[in-house]
Amino acid sequence: MTPAPGITVEGQATIDGAQLFAPLSLSLAAGQWTCLLGGSGVGKSTVLRLIAGLRTGADFDGIIRASDGGEVVPRVGYMAQDDLLLPWATVTQNIILGARLRGEKPDTARLERLLGRVRLTDHAGKKPAELSGGQRQRVALARTLMEDKPVILLDEPFSALDARTRADMQDLAVELLRGRTVLLVTHDPGEAARLGHSIVVMSEAGLTPCAPPAAETPRKVDDLETLAAQGALLRLLREEAA
Amino acid sequence: MRYVPALAATVFAIGVWQVIVSLTGLPRFILPGPLLVAETWWQNRAVIAEHTLITAIEVLIGLGCGAALGIATAIQLATSRMARVLVQPMLVFTQALPVFALAPILTLWLGYGLWSKVAMAVLIIYFPVTSSFFDGLMRTPPGYLDLARTMQASPRAVLWHIRVPAALPSLASGLRLAAVYAPIGAVIGEWVGASKGLGYLMLLANGRAKTDLMFAAMLTLGVFSVLLHIAVRKATTRMAGEGH
Repeated sequence: MTPAPGITVEGQATIDGAQLFAPLSLSLAAGQWTCLLGGSGVGKSTVLRLIAGLRTGADFDGIIRASDGGEVVPRVGYMAQDDLLLPWATVTQNIILGARLRGEKPDTARLERLLGRVRLTDHAGKKPAELSGGQRQRVALARTLMEDKPVILLDEPFSALDARTRADMQDLAVELLRGRTVLLVTHDPGEAARLGHSIVVMSEAGLTPCAPPAAETPRKVDDLETLAAQGALLRLLREEAA
Repeated sequence: MRYVPALAATVFAIGVWQVIVSLTGLPRFILPGPLLVAETWWQNRAVIAEHTLITAIEVLIGLGCGAALGIATAIQLATSRMARVLVQPMLVFTQALPVFALAPILTLWLGYGLWSKVAMAVLIIYFPVTSSFFDGLMRTPPGYLDLARTMQASPRAVLWHIRVPAALPSLASGLRLAAVYAPIGAVIGEWVGASKGLGYLMLLANGRAKTDLMFAAMLTLGVFSVLLHIAVRKATTRMAGEGH
């Protein structure tokens, strides 16, 4: 992996002339987790998709650049709420999807190592339908890591999981994505409080940076400062919406 | 076990048929009873088998060619905007034209033999195969396409690794429809002009008031079509994403 750059997004977006989000400036610190927290429809997924170079249906007027001046889109890995596993392909085939799509020979040593790290070695030959929701998200995480991109964009990847599995996945993601520049888009204040090196609340009014708890990530689920931060974030979300 | 209700219904229908024939005393050239039909079928089994073989060959070649053409067209349409603009309206127009109306001209062009019937079968299944597969190709879950984009996949790779496999269940339903339609196409072709095949045999028997033979040929066609449908259904089980 090349060193992770910081990412800056500056600009505004409109849909058919109607404002989706007002001029904003979002900076993702290099090698750190930035949590973008907000309610539905404020455009937080649009910001993520713009960085990934994906179609958004919105007109974006602004710039997205990397701190080292290089291209952004080819260095981005993407993980969505839906695990997006191909149902006809095995776990292994799903993890090496990127190489298959580019017609490259997959790095089998790396594949074996990643399967071990997401604890799926025994499931390598299974189809996604045979796995639990948590296992499926671990496959998706392994697929993202297989790409070995320095910038990782997570679009509510854990929101469909039950509470325990979600906490496990958060721990695993922090461990495995260490050193990469991560943008996590979420509507869950608890998730932002656990994972963010920096936390930004997005609303119609714009971006509001919030102080993250002091502890190292992933913060303990019962860490008092983290719980207090979660409460403060939820209150802020409700005030912004009012 | 699944076939028990179907079997029971068939036995019941044959029973009703026999009762109607016995009660009304209709002449055998109007409505022959099931026993007579069975007897005629057995006596003429060699002739029926010969004609069935011809129809089966027409249907299978038609099914193969029609499916191949339909698949190729759907992929062309799905990958080229130009093709969609040019071909799609024509495709719909050909469906507005009843295939039955084309049978005489096809017979004129392709002769009394095998190929005019194959052409009929191809024409009748081409649209359902093309249209269902094309719909499937155009309805790839957008999330897969997003993912492929972030992986710098070429449109070609996306087609073969994602869009085609994701559309296989739609293709399977198109092929299953085709299996039902293909015999219809072949038999219409045989009615219009042929010297072989079950459609020809039915017409011949009907003209000579051999209604029992007509029924025997018709039932053979029915059984053949059902068997074909079952075979195609089985063959497309994996494709349809069933059974796992």
